Amino acid sequence: MTHSVNIATDPLSSGEGRGEVFITGYSIISNGGVEKDGHLVWKEPSAQHTDNFLVSAYRQMGLSYPKFFKMDNLSKLGLLASENLLSGTDLKGKYKPDEISVVFANASSSLDADQKYFDTIKDIASPALFVYTLPNIVIGEICIKNGFKGENAFFVFDKFEAKFLHQYVQTLMQQNTNKACIFGWLELIGDSYEAALFLLEKEAADKTNPFTLENIYKLYS
Amino acid sequence: MPKVFVVADNIFSPLGSTTAENFSELLKGNSGVRRHSRTEIFSEPFFAAIFSEEKNKELNAGIQNANAYTKFERLLIQSIKNALSLCEVDIQSASTAIIISTTKGNISLLENETVTEAMKAQLPLHYSAKVIANYFHNPNLPITISNACISGISALITAKRLIETDQFENVVVAGADVISSFIFSGFNSFQAISKQVCKPFDAERSGINLGEAAATIILSKHNKNAYATLDGGSVSNDANHISGPSRTGEELAIAIKKAMHEAGTKSDAIDFISGHGTATLYNDEMEAKAINIAGLQDVPVNSLKPYFGHTLGAAGILESVVALTTMKQNTIIPTQGFENIGVPVPVNVPNTITTKNINKILKIAAGFGGCNAALVLSKN
Repeated sequence: MTHSVNIATDPLSSGEGRGEVFITGYSIISNGGVEKDGHLVWKEPSAQHTDNFLVSAYRQMGLSYPKFFKMDNLSKLGLLASENLLSGTDLKGKYKPDEISVVFANASSSLDADQKYFDTIKDIASPALFVYTLPNIVIGEICIKNGFKGENAFFVFDKFEAKFLHQYVQTLMQQNTNKACIFGWLELIGDSYEAALFLLEKEAADKTNPFTLENIYKLYS
Repeated sequence: MPKVFVVADNIFSPLGSTTAENFSELLKGNSGVRRHSRTEIFSEPFFAAIFSEEKNKELNAGIQNANAYTKFERLLIQSIKNALSLCEVDIQSASTAIIISTTKGNISLLENETVTEAMKAQLPLHYSAKVIANYFHNPNLPITISNACISGISALITAKRLIETDQFENVVVAGADVISSFIFSGFNSFQAISKQVCKPFDAERSGINLGEAAATIILSKHNKNAYATLDGGSVSNDANHISGPSRTGEELAIAIKKAMHEAGTKSDAIDFISGHGTATLYNDEMEAKAINIAGLQDVPVNSLKPYFGHTLGAAGILESVVALTTMKQNTIIPTQGFENIGVPVPVNVPNTITTKNINKILKIAAGFGGCNAALVLSKN
């Protein structure tokens, strides 16, 4: 499908669009489990390697997106966590493509893909692997899957720096062209992985969870 | 919103160790891109802007226990040190933040015959950010941004927001990347590397040159010694392809329009565009289309890739520093090697030094993952 590319800025609007931001959903994938809004969606029956876990979760979630299989593990994890987050929502119906942002952080950037790419270059360097040696590629994959054209950022910290990230995203959301944001922690290296993504919106039917640092910790600690 | 001032900058590249040295080489038409035979990087001779062995030694100058730092870290230290010497910003203050922009950081450590556990601990980008913060005795959590080839612009936009929201008074934004076989082999596998000095926007362009460098811009909420303001910045995504740019340029145009909107300016006020101009077929085409959509096709645009190569995590900062100097000196550096327009829509690419009054500039970039970014800066 094609997306409107009319930009959302209105030179005449001043304070319009500013206002409170709400957490309207969250998605956590860790320790072999997939959770949505605090409810377990699926848990692997026995521990398996990351490669297998990601493919099992894809099948269990009933997804049909063949591009998934050419992705590196960080992108697979991000795609699964975002699909889980966005299931049952209609962001594209509510917002223009450039009003939807994606902001992630992690500790290992793309080191998982880096090692895999590096192991191949003595034989033949593969562009299909090389492209994943950047952490923001997963943001690109999620934007392609969903048609999101807003702001992107990928930060690297040794742990989930909720205070900084909350403040940063809060600032971002105060600009009137940003109305929704997929925000969170997306870490993966070897057999260790952890995704905690939040859907943030200005237009929320359920205003239970304002986007506060306290609520981030309440939902994900 | 409080204004965000530019108070100091540096470029540490194969062409020179300060902004002034680099700009003077550009005015002379000297390029850092050379033919190299360095088998540790690539099996065949190649064109790139990389440090000579002699220049590599300069990286140690004035750094105590220099061998404790990787080349990537020493590049950042040298660039930040020089920028700090040009202003009064106190890097040890709790009101000064550090943002590091890089794509691959210490990745070349993987290329050692034996990769020790100690080396593995140095691979995460946040490790290097802490090393830099510790070196300068900065008390704050260092921020690392890794957003492919727009990282430097993303870092500047982040810094702007930190100052505007009163989280910090000053932000030191530094970017660097080192060219090693990891990075070279990857771009080569895309068949994206030119076999000569690259020719952005030209009909005979045949791909990029890679380059290594560090660059720094110090932003402040205080006007003292400021020579420019950072007025607007925006990022967008193509939502099209992870390794190829948009075919229409509409999404980079969104970033340009939003950056101009934030800066409270219109296209007719932009005097100069610092392009991304990688000299790949599709990037330059996309960029030219975006420039046209934004109504900027008559504004002079250049690409610095024929002088510095594509310096990845440093690029957005390095090219912004040259653009700032261009504005300061009202002098536009020509795009070396540009002869005949090779993009399907008109863009104004000077190939001789041009002088004109420059008060407002636009910096643009695009990168893998479909990301685009734009900045608007004004003379102070």
